[in-house]
Amino acid sequence: MPSPQHDPPSWTRSSVGSAGAVEAEPTAAQVIAGLRATSEGGDDLVQLLSPEGQRVHHPDFTLDVGAEELKSLYRDMTLVRRVDREANALQRQGQLGIWVPLLGQEAAQIGAGRAMAPQDMAFPSYREHGIAWCRGVDPTELLGIFRGTDHGSWDPRATGLHLYTIVIGNQCLNAAGYAMGQRFEGKVGDSATGEATICFFGDGATSQGDVHESFVWAAVYDAPVVFFCQNNQWAVSEPTERQSRVPLYRRAQGYGFPGIRVDGNDVLATLAVTRWALDECRAGNGPVLIEAYTYRMDAHTTSDDATRYRLAEELEAWKLKDPIERLRVHLVREGVAEQDFFDGVAAESDELAARLRECCEAMPAPGPERIFSQVYAEPSPAVQAQHEELLAYQAGFADAGTPDGER
Amino acid sequence: MAAPTTDRTESGSPGAQTVSMAKALNAGLRAAMEADGKVIVMGEDVGKLGGVFRITDGLQKDFGEQRVLDTPLAESGIIGTAIGLALRDFRPVCEIQFDGFVFPGFDQIVSQLAKLHYRSQGKLPMRVVVRIPFGGGIGAVEHHSESPESLFAHVAGLKVVSCSNAADAYWMLQQAIASDDPVIFFEPKRRYWEKSELDTSATPQPLHTSRIARPGSTATLAAYGPMVRTALDAAAAAEQDGHDLEVIDLRTLSPLDLAPVFDSVRRTGRLICVSEAPGECSVTAEVTARVQQECFYSLEAPVLRVTGFDTPYPPSKCEEQYLPDLDRVLDAVDRVLAH
Repeated sequence: MPSPQHDPPSWTRSSVGSAGAVEAEPTAAQVIAGLRATSEGGDDLVQLLSPEGQRVHHPDFTLDVGAEELKSLYRDMTLVRRVDREANALQRQGQLGIWVPLLGQEAAQIGAGRAMAPQDMAFPSYREHGIAWCRGVDPTELLGIFRGTDHGSWDPRATGLHLYTIVIGNQCLNAAGYAMGQRFEGKVGDSATGEATICFFGDGATSQGDVHESFVWAAVYDAPVVFFCQNNQWAVSEPTERQSRVPLYRRAQGYGFPGIRVDGNDVLATLAVTRWALDECRAGNGPVLIEAYTYRMDAHTTSDDATRYRLAEELEAWKLKDPIERLRVHLVREGVAEQDFFDGVAAESDELAARLRECCEAMPAPGPERIFSQVYAEPSPAVQAQHEELLAYQAGFADAGTPDGER
Repeated sequence: MAAPTTDRTESGSPGAQTVSMAKALNAGLRAAMEADGKVIVMGEDVGKLGGVFRITDGLQKDFGEQRVLDTPLAESGIIGTAIGLALRDFRPVCEIQFDGFVFPGFDQIVSQLAKLHYRSQGKLPMRVVVRIPFGGGIGAVEHHSESPESLFAHVAGLKVVSCSNAADAYWMLQQAIASDDPVIFFEPKRRYWEKSELDTSATPQPLHTSRIARPGSTATLAAYGPMVRTALDAAAAAEQDGHDLEVIDLRTLSPLDLAPVFDSVRRTGRLICVSEAPGECSVTAEVTARVQQECFYSLEAPVLRVTGFDTPYPPSKCEEQYLPDLDRVLDAVDRVLAH
């Protein structure tokens, strides 16, 4: 081993090699450049549709996709983007307290969401509006969290979508446990009827201990879980090189299961890779890590100002790889869809946005009973007493009949 | 099969035996696993070894590796995966090896386990029990003697209980496992090997209720877990001085069941709360506040507390001075009676 002072600036030791081998490794600057090579994603990137909208051959992943499926993927992505933009506007107009935009991640989410079977279970983070769409959760159901009327209103059992999880990485362990349960109940082993779990998290979450532990648990219990990391390049203001020395998909090797980097702006590749991964899990060959290489085109949330930490050129480079635009070009180039199809989807988007707005503005604020509701399965006398105390306190104002009460 | 091996008692009841708390907990777990196939035990070394305190002894042999899981060594993983299993209607019983090791799992307990029922408005019950051997007095190294129960009692959505004898250990653990709420179950590890009567044919009192462990009239001692024994010993010693102390075993720390404490204080006019935990912002602080609120005109003396000090748990050669003991409790009795 060379002494430390003779080391070239290095990033990782893939092996305990000779000095010559060490010298062959990239410098820190090269590593950062590699991690930030956002326009390419590296040699291992799985892509089936180029940014110019042309089908690309891949030796391991193929996707037999017909005209109707292509069109419906375009429709899903377009509608989800419209929901996202409308919700963003609703926040700006004071109707929502905050919104977490998915702009730019439509292909990653629609590709993954459409790969799921009805019997599968998804564990989202808090940006997975496209996954929610694919699980049949109406977009209006997402609003309560951000308007402050609930903490998540849909039924996780009925929809196969766990509630949004805001503490970074927590859901990965919950997903691993859920998948252990699928295995314990004998639900894996058949790639057609078997069950699988998919867990969504971001590049920042990969630094969390819970994500590491979930990889360990899933591996040692052979849990049927797909870990789906959307690497959107930014954890609020921190770039990927603040989280890792190695590309994230390569971490799977250390845990003993496959890791794949897919072009997260390519809905066809994401669909093909996720479908394969879920089938592997269903058949009992899980877990699998997928790194969907994508880009957060908007800020972290409506409270964030991305111009403080990233350059406008980066966004411009990614705009050329827009997930929806590349599929639209493909549909046109291949003659799969005519203008009236695109007009129809646009009109449907407008209707959906109008419905979203209408529902949002009509959402009532919950009454005081909501504070005390369902804290426990077995109602707590102490909580009930506090509820009654609050009601009595509020009733005191009503009885007083102050002139101000008329305002 | 649930009957632990032990000495028969003199009471003659067919289910009555004298057993250690450790044996009673083991029997309680076994009974719960036999009653419900969805009950699984998970934790570090709970399988072949039977847990470092042998509470899960023999369970893996009888119920298999899929119901008694030797988990990887990570507490957040234990709690986080237990939550996932609970989402599929399993009823996981997690063992945290020692009190001071629970904190890597604290995030999952507070952020997910405590809140999912509320977040989902009842759609996702969290039927998880977290067993934690707690408290000092065993001459252990750092992180093996702590009393962190107040941290959990402070968290809405969790229920927190502590047993003090074999019968409660046996019944309360089964009741906690049958609960539809998450229960943090504190076991006084220094009492694991003390024997007391267990009648497996008896009808247990409800989980979230306190109990008069010794009736009396001069002053009231409220304690839980390891300090119930200490309080009872103090009451026996005080009897020689002509003081008739009432001892209440709180049993449930969240929710508290304070009606028996209020009744008692209204009779005795004096209360001393006893706990190993540091007193600041603790269960004993809560009991004290509520008693002064409810029993203000009955109190003949200020409510006193005998607790651990507001320091980290000291090196074990100091723990005899740190832990409340019979003499410190009797000193407090003298002080409340001086009023």
